[in-house]
Amino acid sequence: MAEPKTKYDRQLRIWGEQGQAALERSSVCLLNCGPTGSETLKNLVLGGVGSITVVDGSKVEVGDLGNNFMVDESCVGQSKAKCVCSFLQELNDAVKAKFIEEYPQALIESNPSFFSQFTLVVATQLVEDSMVKLDRICRDANVALVFARSYGLTGFIRISVKEHTVIESKPDHFLDDLRLNNPWPELRSFADTIDLNTSDPVVHKHTPYVIILVKMAEEWAKSHGGCLPSTRDEKKQFKDLIKARMIAIDEDNYKEAMEASFKVFAPRGISSELEKIINDGSAEVGSSSSEFWVTVAALKDFIDNEGNGEAPLEGSIPDMTSSTELYVNLQKIYQAKAVADFIAMEQKVRHILKIIGRDPYSISNAYIKSFCKSARKLRVCRYRPIEDEFNTPVQAELQKCLTDEDYSYAAGFYILLRAADRFAANYNSFPGEFEGGMDEDISRLKSIAVGLLSDLGCNGSSLIEDLINEMCRYGAAELHAVAALIGGIASQEVIKLITRQFVPMSGTFIFNGIDHKSQLLLL
Amino acid sequence: MADSTAKSSRTRDLDKLLERRGPLVGANFLASSETISDIKEFLNVLVVGAGGLGCELLKDLALSGFQKLEVIDMDRIEVTNLNRQFLFRLEDVGKPKAEVAAKRVMERINGVEIRHHFCRIEDKPLEFYEKFNIIVLGLDSIEARSYINAVACGFLEYDSDDNPIEETMKAMVDGGTEGFKGHARVILPGLTPCFECTIWLFPPQVKFPLCTLAETPRTAAHCIEYAHLIKWDEVHSGKSFDPDNLDHMQWVYTEAAKRAELFGIQGVTYSLTQGVVKNIIPAIASTNAIISAACSLETLKIATGCSKLLSNYLTYNGVEGLHTKVTEFVRDKDCLVCGPGVLIELDASVTLKKFIDILKDHPKLFLTGVSITYRGKNLYMRAPPVLEEMTRPNLDIQLFELMDRTPKDIIHVTGAAGKGEKKQSCLRKLRVVFKGLDGVTDLDMAGGA
Repeated sequence: MAEPKTKYDRQLRIWGEQGQAALERSSVCLLNCGPTGSETLKNLVLGGVGSITVVDGSKVEVGDLGNNFMVDESCVGQSKAKCVCSFLQELNDAVKAKFIEEYPQALIESNPSFFSQFTLVVATQLVEDSMVKLDRICRDANVALVFARSYGLTGFIRISVKEHTVIESKPDHFLDDLRLNNPWPELRSFADTIDLNTSDPVVHKHTPYVIILVKMAEEWAKSHGGCLPSTRDEKKQFKDLIKARMIAIDEDNYKEAMEASFKVFAPRGISSELEKIINDGSAEVGSSSSEFWVTVAALKDFIDNEGNGEAPLEGSIPDMTSSTELYVNLQKIYQAKAVADFIAMEQKVRHILKIIGRDPYSISNAYIKSFCKSARKLRVCRYRPIEDEFNTPVQAELQKCLTDEDYSYAAGFYILLRAADRFAANYNSFPGEFEGGMDEDISRLKSIAVGLLSDLGCNGSSLIEDLINEMCRYGAAELHAVAALIGGIASQEVIKLITRQFVPMSGTFIFNGIDHKSQLLLL
Repeated sequence: MADSTAKSSRTRDLDKLLERRGPLVGANFLASSETISDIKEFLNVLVVGAGGLGCELLKDLALSGFQKLEVIDMDRIEVTNLNRQFLFRLEDVGKPKAEVAAKRVMERINGVEIRHHFCRIEDKPLEFYEKFNIIVLGLDSIEARSYINAVACGFLEYDSDDNPIEETMKAMVDGGTEGFKGHARVILPGLTPCFECTIWLFPPQVKFPLCTLAETPRTAAHCIEYAHLIKWDEVHSGKSFDPDNLDHMQWVYTEAAKRAELFGIQGVTYSLTQGVVKNIIPAIASTNAIISAACSLETLKIATGCSKLLSNYLTYNGVEGLHTKVTEFVRDKDCLVCGPGVLIELDASVTLKKFIDILKDHPKLFLTGVSITYRGKNLYMRAPPVLEEMTRPNLDIQLFELMDRTPKDIIHVTGAAGKGEKKQSCLRKLRVVFKGLDGVTDLDMAGGA
């Protein structure tokens, strides 16, 4: 067997060994293994989830051969769950693959406790009624749930979990934590040891921009009553001052200083997003609070006291033009501050744990360290119960989307996907599912959709007529390419939920396969 | 639900999309039960690349009605492919990707034929590419995209009003991924921007200055690149570094670690060494699945018109939440690859010297100080002197002869364009047609740009 580290090399570079370990510990349940479900699991099995359980009560039909890669000719007439499961197993022998030949809607009714054994449930191609019931079950059991549905050239993905907290959100673009607008004493005194007016040109062009900016900001503050540049003119003036210090045109460090000067102008303190998190009700911790919220409580205390309004320092610096010695020493200054902040945070966490009657050492140092490193990037994602969204969607938002040019297709599909389920509940088949009677189906779907809009309080809005026709044309077809796309996104979101890295999607993603102008609806 | 009336056709789901009329379809859509057999009979689709995207593309296309496909890839299967290239197994390591991928899809899906080509894309003659109607790209390099783009655009012909001739158009669908991000785009040469029109979307990779590596290393990557680019050559005179040789990689890692220790730099690991040296792009199954599916859906739309087309560039980003965006980029009318170029009609008797005079006075060009190339061959070079001297004898030869008596073809000219003060150096594409030759209009212009 290949060393798993080599096999997973390309993904370890994204979510690291911690993320991989979380995947390998997880157990995922799939409801319905048509192409949407099979493709979702395919991507997760390749990535190395711990175990999968495929639930499907149907037998493989000839029609399934045309849209599902996880069945073949020899499967016709056999349990779909069994066939898909065995083809999935071929992809990765490290994954434990099981199947249960039962219809998901029956399982939801008869055995709700079945679902509590899983880390996460992926529910594909469920109709509204089953979605609502399953959502209640999973919320009560604290099992993450991802809904995915492919329907002709449309479909949706919706995460449902009470709360998902992320420390390692790993955003692509995030301002580095240099504190140039608010240097701490050790950084100041290190800067004091360096003379910007050195006559040695080699030293001059190898002074890192962090030092240049700390010193020049200090100089500026001295002559401006303690204030940093804030107006447009002042900012320009500040940059000109930097430029004036150059003694040769090839001094990259000074060019970097000019480009980075906005870091001096940036407001001090924490972002409004972080402010919201530390002031969240959950930050008032009690005996049953999670590790995350206990540590947030410590963070709040830190920001109010030692931090002087700032979160713990991240402790790393970007590469910049510099001599090796200065760069390495600068790195040490940042690291030392990060360690000091961590120690302060650790004491607070232990103290809070003691107060709420828990083992003071029940949160590991590694956890606190990682928390400190990403403190500025914490994320809290909460999802409405699906039942609430179905009954009382955010009306203003829905109304706005229905009329907005960029959103009207997506919002229209949202209504029509739900109308199709009502149609099926009334007429025992989806609109256009079978040949013949297309005109009748179109008018029936239309009147159901109009009724649904009025139930949701969107009386004034109308649907695009063409979309109703399209919906009937689709006839609940599950096209492989659409299923692969919806399943691909679903698996991506599952990975983010399980690894607790990156930020999972919010709202309901409506796929628009007509022109790819898909949208997230926050209802 | 009652299934007594359900069709037991293999294409049960696809049939609905292809056999039913709809209001939001392409102009070429014909709702018909023959579409799928037509695709098989009349449409040639090439998948370029049998890696992360290519495996997905072959599966998706085969299950979207494309029963006849070809795939080209020069690589062999490696262990690190197995986390996403789902058509490959551990026992396949070392075998050609194109061969195994084609085989696996054909084993699973009855009635699908996939021809595979285990070679570089440059190894195939232009005629190989000529037979395809749609080329789907699952690549990870800018150079390869650029090459295929030039080949596909090279078949494009324009009429005398500079309108693209539809029959000569080879549609391309291009996908790309990196980590949780990706793009899918549709290129209809002559109608929508080609890869070269928007080349700025792919900024060149930043390299470390050699003096940083040699004198002021600061990061682990600097130490690794020092060992890889400088120290290796110093120690192994003449022996070139092979990134696939484990001993070579280990040597670079050890040297980098030594250097890092010397300078007090942290973070050199074997994994990072591989990443830096091989410029590894992180890749996962899910992003490849998403992008390939979008590409396959667009391929189906181009082939059948069953829905509107993506116009023309889709980006996907799953890092922070889920963001998709469609951007309609515009063509560069002067694009040297897909643009019409400037049409110039000449007598076969015109010499190169006379031709250069014509360029000087041409109202669309006013080109002076020119150098001229034809299919990579220097016809006349103004500089450097040694090249000028070498190509000077061509000036008295007929251009028709210099172009190997090709009745019409494309040549490239560099020089200064414009009049008076507003002169600007430029590169121009010219469509040269020789008048008064028999049968000129019947001849196809194979190749080109």
